[in-house]
Amino acid sequence: MAYTPRLKELMKKVEESRASRVGINYPRMSPDERRAVLQKFHPDFIEDGFRKIKVGVNKGARLPYEMADVFEAWSRLRDVKLDLQAKPAYDVDILIIGGGGAGASAALEATAAGANVMIATKLRFGDANTMMAQGGIQAADKENDTPAIHYLDVVGGGRFENVPELARALVMDAPLVIKWLEAMGTMFDKKEDGTMITIHGGGTSRKRMHAARDYTGAEIMRTLRDEVLNKGITVVEFSPAVEVILDDQGCAAGAVLYNLETEQYLIARAKTVILATGGSGRLHYRGFPTSNHYGATADGLVIGYRAGAKTIYADSIQYHPTGGAYPPQLLGLLVTEKTRALGATPLNINGEQFVYHLETRDVESSAIICECAERKLGVPLPTGITAVWLDSPLIELTHGEGTIERQLPAMLRQFHRFDVDIRKEPMLIYPTLHYQNGGLLIDENGLSNVENLYVAGETAGGIHGTNRLMGNSLLDIIVFGRRAGRDAAAKSKEMPVPEGLNLGHVDSYHRELEETGAADGRVSPILLPHYTHR
Amino acid sequence: MSDTIAMVDIFIMGKRYTVPETLTIMNAMEYAGYQLKRGCGCRAGFCGACATVYRIAGDYELKVGLACQTKVEDGMYLAQIPFFPGRKAYYDLEEIKPSVAHFAQLYPEVYRCLGCSSCTKVCPQDIDVMQYIAYIQRGDFAKAADISFDCLMCGLCVSRCPVNIVHYNAALTARRLYSRYIARPDAFLAERTRAIEEGKFDAEIGVLVSANQEKLQKLYDNREIEK
Repeated sequence: MAYTPRLKELMKKVEESRASRVGINYPRMSPDERRAVLQKFHPDFIEDGFRKIKVGVNKGARLPYEMADVFEAWSRLRDVKLDLQAKPAYDVDILIIGGGGAGASAALEATAAGANVMIATKLRFGDANTMMAQGGIQAADKENDTPAIHYLDVVGGGRFENVPELARALVMDAPLVIKWLEAMGTMFDKKEDGTMITIHGGGTSRKRMHAARDYTGAEIMRTLRDEVLNKGITVVEFSPAVEVILDDQGCAAGAVLYNLETEQYLIARAKTVILATGGSGRLHYRGFPTSNHYGATADGLVIGYRAGAKTIYADSIQYHPTGGAYPPQLLGLLVTEKTRALGATPLNINGEQFVYHLETRDVESSAIICECAERKLGVPLPTGITAVWLDSPLIELTHGEGTIERQLPAMLRQFHRFDVDIRKEPMLIYPTLHYQNGGLLIDENGLSNVENLYVAGETAGGIHGTNRLMGNSLLDIIVFGRRAGRDAAAKSKEMPVPEGLNLGHVDSYHRELEETGAADGRVSPILLPHYTHR
Repeated sequence: MSDTIAMVDIFIMGKRYTVPETLTIMNAMEYAGYQLKRGCGCRAGFCGACATVYRIAGDYELKVGLACQTKVEDGMYLAQIPFFPGRKAYYDLEEIKPSVAHFAQLYPEVYRCLGCSSCTKVCPQDIDVMQYIAYIQRGDFAKAADISFDCLMCGLCVSRCPVNIVHYNAALTARRLYSRYIARPDAFLAERTRAIEEGKFDAEIGVLVSANQEKLQKLYDNREIEK
């Protein structure tokens, strides 16, 4: 699926202007320009994509339609008879739901603190957005940088809406997380003397992006997973949670798991529960394609919300500026921000740059949408959509031949599979649905407002305000995974085994759905997206 | 701007389906009506969940690919490998060293490699798998770590190995050994973590945490940006 003759013709404009663009920095937007482009073009500000939710603890809150649909839905257990007082199939101190980076980090710290831990996960252990994070992980561990400078980048990028204590935890723990991963044998990009190689990301004021080539998340995930297995921690795969179970005090006390293959429901009892189920890109807000993992269907948000956990900024969604647009097999897939960090720039159909290449993600995406939708200077594709160029060959011109092969092997391989050589040909990109900025509100230890119910990773909200910077998600899953794991372990030690396990909260939620008529036949969590065409 | 997309016939586990030729194997299975549980993960070539073996009608050669990264072809007979029972050695990274002696205890089968190159031929990431096994045998963990780095742990190598080596697990252990013991630790990182633990940044960050938005906005807009 190489570029068509028509696209190759259009590409000449990019080639013609390339030499004149080497080493030239397009001006950054002023704060006023940033605000203006966001309000006009960012999907978060387009009101007809949202509605007010009619049920639950945040009744009246504004949510994207597709998220409201899974919130206003019946439990999968509506017509299922379960004996919650029978001997549970699993009985542990800490039940971790989700086997990505946050779940694995929580499991390691909780186990180190002496707790009996189990991970239940929907697909395979490690099947998560963590695995797909390419570009890097931030930490202020250079002499010209401090946690305070990192903090300012985090809250500025987050439109000053971050929960300050959570942002503080994020940046203060960051170097500790890098050290923890380094000691665990994670293969970061380093110089001979051991110094971590770090670069800029969108919205960073210091070069603090650590990477492992462009497989940073995969490298972190496989290391964490290996360590979890080495520690003998129980992992139950293909068993998503479909409801949180509460005890007679209203505290979290386990979950109902669903064996995807045998279709049985199984009870897991636990003194504390950590929701680490990831994001919701597979809900395809506003019809956007997504860079997310197959399992990103908002499961933790849904069951946490039914159990009474409050949301924060659940209406704030991140569209990554550079999703693949062509060849069609790559639609929506992530083109790592590291591509821009290395100097690739977005260009319109005339081969002209129209936005600084490292604005924050929300601004960069809005500028690309504007270039296509309003200025009509996008590149029309045979698939019927428009896109803009991302001039990857500029990287080789700027940093020397071989840079792409060394620094972006995954990108090179991915496009090569469909006959595009990104060393010589620019990429075609358009914003893709990438990340859930908000989620369930937590405190500094990852605890939600429901007693004994922790949340970590993309399911949690408040850390990033309403826009997350590159490299702060790999960081946040580990920071808050570890914090939740440690706190849950400490708490579990002082607690008796919970009693009076019940799903009364699901019954009350159902009553609200009946009164409002909001559910309209829908059932959630959906667990798997529906892509079958027949 | 062609309006019609050519269709091809593929055979999923022996059963024929007609699908658009532009689809990946994964999308084609969904187009055919499968809702995937196993054999589907990141859908972007990073997780190794969707290892697929296939053959084209009339051709004897068995081919492999990741279902999410391989386009369908006419006459493709395919099946996914939902799970492969490969062995993993359990170890404490602090108790082992990057030495042949330690490695041989964890993965003795690595030293039985016949040099048949089946693993290299089958790798959907084009990694020279046999070569990194050779580096491991020699105790050259730095080279093994380097060339095995792009491994997705899809397990196709293991499925073809006549002496039952679990290449991807051996490589992961080699990379962890390299990163823990051969690559040098970042000296300033250690200094920085100590400073944080000693509370040296608490006051500075405390000022920002309690600052109002106006003040933060001003600091943010005027912050110095490293070139």
